[in-house]
Amino acid sequence: MPIRVKLVYFGQARDAAGMREETFTLPDRSSVDLLLTKTSEAHEKIDRIKGMMKIAVNEELVDRSQVLRDGDVVALLPPVAGGRR
Amino acid sequence: MKSTERITKRRINIQSLLDQVSDPKMGGIVAFIGTVRDYSEAGKVEGIFYDAYVPMAEKKMLEVETEVKAAYPGGKLAIQHRVGRVGVGGVTLVVAASSSHRDDAYAACRLGLELIKQNVPIWKKERLAEGGDHWVEGEEMGGSRKKRSKTG
Repeated sequence: MPIRVKLVYFGQARDAAGMREETFTLPDRSSVDLLLTKTSEAHEKIDRIKGMMKIAVNEELVDRSQVLRDGDVVALLPPVAGGRR
Repeated sequence: MKSTERITKRRINIQSLLDQVSDPKMGGIVAFIGTVRDYSEAGKVEGIFYDAYVPMAEKKMLEVETEVKAAYPGGKLAIQHRVGRVGVGGVTLVVAASSSHRDDAYAACRLGLELIKQNVPIWKKERLAEGGDHWVEGEEMGGSRKKRSKTG
């Protein structure tokens, strides 16, 4: 059974994708890595910046090897604002 | 303002945060109040747009509170971050820490501030006076965790 996951973009990732969010249909037991490959294929600018992104699944930071489940909400998180001390 | 709302689109009520940490057992309150500067490395700044992953940011702000309270037991902490458009001079972040004595209040405020900067998913886009805007690149989320220490 394929799974459907929602990918949400923030900060410069939103500009790069040209949208706030989109839904991907993936094979069962797909990893975050595969989802990143899919979105990179769809958005060339995402491919250029994805290396610096952190990934959250259902609001928790995860490794890219994390296996996704149907209904997961995945967020692409650029470096946070930070600021100089 | 709901007292549970740590990420807000509205103007931050500084007094309300001070009231939250005020207590007869506390000898003092240290507050950091972050504001928008009128310049950056990119030039003259007109304002900043703050974007946040709100549900995760609320969760992370709560984790910051828990961590600071564990590091400085007996004290109180109130934090709030504004999102949306904020003009020059506008208040964007308040960290208020109280403790029975000033050393812990200063340290707790500093720890809370640094944890927020490193771990809460908030991004800023500067709008420049000469026109145009750009996202400000900061630290990788959670990237400085290892360097953190209570005394540092």
